[in-house]
Amino acid sequence: MDDSNQQKVGQISGAEIIMRCLQEENVKFVFGYPGGAVLHIYDALFKQNHFKHILVRHEQAAVHAADAFSRATGEVGVALVTSGPGATNAVTGIATAYMDSIPMVVISGQVPTAAIGMDAFQEVDMVGVTRPCVKHNFLIKDVRDIAITLKKAFYIAASGRPGPVVVDIPKDITAEFAEFDYPKTIEMRSYTPVVKGHSGQIKKAVKILLEAKRPMIYTGGGLVLGDASNELVKLARALGYPVTNTLMGLGGYPATDKQYLGMLGMHGTYEANNAMQDCDVLLAVGARFDDRVIGNPDHFLSVPRTIIHIDVDPSSISKRVKVDLPIVGHVQSVLAEMNEVLAAETIKPDAAALKTWWAKIDVWRAKKSASYDGSSSTIIKPQYVIEKLCEVTKGDAFVTSDVGQHQMWAAQYYKFDKPRRWINSGGLGTMGVGLPYAMGCQLAFPDAQVACVTGEGSIQMNIQELSTCKQFHLPIKVILLNNRYLGMVRQWQEFFYENRYSESYMDSLPDFVKLAESYGLIGMNIDKPGDVEGALQDAFAMKDKFVFMNFMTDQKENVFPMVPNGKGISEMILGSDTNANDAADEMEG
Amino acid sequence: MKHIISLLMENEAGALSRVAGLFSARAYNIESLTVAPTEDATLSRMTIVTSGSDEVIEQIIKQLNKLVDVVKVLDLNDGRYIERELMLVKVKATGALREEMKRISDIFRGRIIDVADGSYTIELTGSGSKLDAFLEALDKTVILETVRTGASGIGRGDRILKV
Repeated sequence: MDDSNQQKVGQISGAEIIMRCLQEENVKFVFGYPGGAVLHIYDALFKQNHFKHILVRHEQAAVHAADAFSRATGEVGVALVTSGPGATNAVTGIATAYMDSIPMVVISGQVPTAAIGMDAFQEVDMVGVTRPCVKHNFLIKDVRDIAITLKKAFYIAASGRPGPVVVDIPKDITAEFAEFDYPKTIEMRSYTPVVKGHSGQIKKAVKILLEAKRPMIYTGGGLVLGDASNELVKLARALGYPVTNTLMGLGGYPATDKQYLGMLGMHGTYEANNAMQDCDVLLAVGARFDDRVIGNPDHFLSVPRTIIHIDVDPSSISKRVKVDLPIVGHVQSVLAEMNEVLAAETIKPDAAALKTWWAKIDVWRAKKSASYDGSSSTIIKPQYVIEKLCEVTKGDAFVTSDVGQHQMWAAQYYKFDKPRRWINSGGLGTMGVGLPYAMGCQLAFPDAQVACVTGEGSIQMNIQELSTCKQFHLPIKVILLNNRYLGMVRQWQEFFYENRYSESYMDSLPDFVKLAESYGLIGMNIDKPGDVEGALQDAFAMKDKFVFMNFMTDQKENVFPMVPNGKGISEMILGSDTNANDAADEMEG
Repeated sequence: MKHIISLLMENEAGALSRVAGLFSARAYNIESLTVAPTEDATLSRMTIVTSGSDEVIEQIIKQLNKLVDVVKVLDLNDGRYIERELMLVKVKATGALREEMKRISDIFRGRIIDVADGSYTIELTGSGSKLDAFLEALDKTVILETVRTGASGIGRGDRILKV
């Protein structure tokens, strides 16, 4: 090593270089938690005022909040954690972001260079630990590499198929000195993501779409991440074709539009799943045909259809389902070009075929698969709470969710007309994201309505963040659908394990109202259907207050429709089936 | 089907673990893997021998390309190529075996590179199947030790993998 531990004129410390890099990247919030290996960084952070640091109560929440900030804004989320346990606590957050392709930079402290490999206090091989769940990661070994590495990290995180990037920085490096020189642009010979789609393929795609008799458009999280909603709406309206969104893609196409068939997949609508199965031409945009969406791929492929697949990631194409016409490129650019080609085209969609196809879809729609028995005047149906939440917030809130039944009800019954409003862990299915996700959204949009739809199991996985919400005066509304069960586990046990409710009952719950109040927040108990709407109105009228709403809901309610694991997408159990539970048993059998 | 995949990657710490980790995480088969720097010290050349259906091989290539450190990937099976592997075999060489081992080594164009009282070490280069054939030609009881490098591959003629 040279004399970089002696400060010369024009030089600043590694920690200060990190601050300057974050400033150059226009970072507004850093979510983090201090510790030994990042003390130099936190000292530099103390002396700057370009971004705000949000002190969480557990590193997992820091990463989730940074992730949600990115989901809501489209900007790169930033988290800062210390070495060892700080770093490993961050891993669930990183894996969650990785599965949903969320652009994020996580800076982790590392023990001093000389101590690496010595089993030092709070040492963990963070680059090794995170390798399978990051888009890329770096270990910085020289103070002069900090700026270029962070530049690369932000570039890699945000470009191509986005994802989290971990930058591990040993403590001594942050105390050494170097000049600060932040590159304006970066080029990497080993990393050159495709943007523009192949024009020949795009022309072919438009031709195939125009020849369709039973067309279907299926869009996923990639459409939302690629900010291509406007282009999709334009294309879908010009063609008059039906559209479905995945769980990750909700809001990509307006839910209240007549061409929208609802969400597809394991808990998708009857019309969306049947249209997927029955269509003759399928346009897939920024979606990956995963197991929760397509069900059994062999069943899906047992009928012929032509599949066009637009995705920025070549490895997403033909991974689970072989496609006929791949288009690799940024979805926004590709859809815009498709719109141009379509506008110049003299051929029009086959109106007669389309009319027949819509008539068939309307028959499926008439099943009203997304409905529930709301006749009880004593027991609150969870779906009813979401419907009222949607009404009270005029369908315009940021809705975060945890994982389980409540997540599916929120996805089914809240009508998202805009992208980036539905914030949930689709890929990894991480319980505990809901509250930190709401923090990230509320910080990004201080005046917006932010609702965290959760269950009593999930909320307790990051309940400590109530303290963070108090500290930063975040007026989040927690919508707890409290059924005293790990609902989705209970539902599977009811259907597939002969009602053996193994460890799925949530006993010894806290008094959530008192818990909220102990943090100086507002708590509400709601246990009658007649009180639901009024309570929601009261809560959202308190614009500057955090309100924890504990809805005591029906313990036995199940999520329908449901495609049992391993079944085909159109092999659904409906809530209206005379005995849905027997139907489930039979299908599993 | 067996495929030989060649790739160029940034010669950086941890680069090898990214490739090895990818294969284990996605349950891809890996028969052998060799890696060493090229004439450009910033680049490493890797040869991976794997097997799988066409769909699996397609995914392997795509996933390798997706690794940020990987610069170029080539499936050598897409065209004409040469495959070579180096093997060192220590065999028993006592009594009549001393002559016998020398003869078999000559037939396979091997070279005896170490001679000891009771053993020879034979160096043999060739395709994986040639090395397999050599081992099969030997009585199992005479083989004391085997070391193989794993295959290296290169395209024939104009097929060049370079940055």
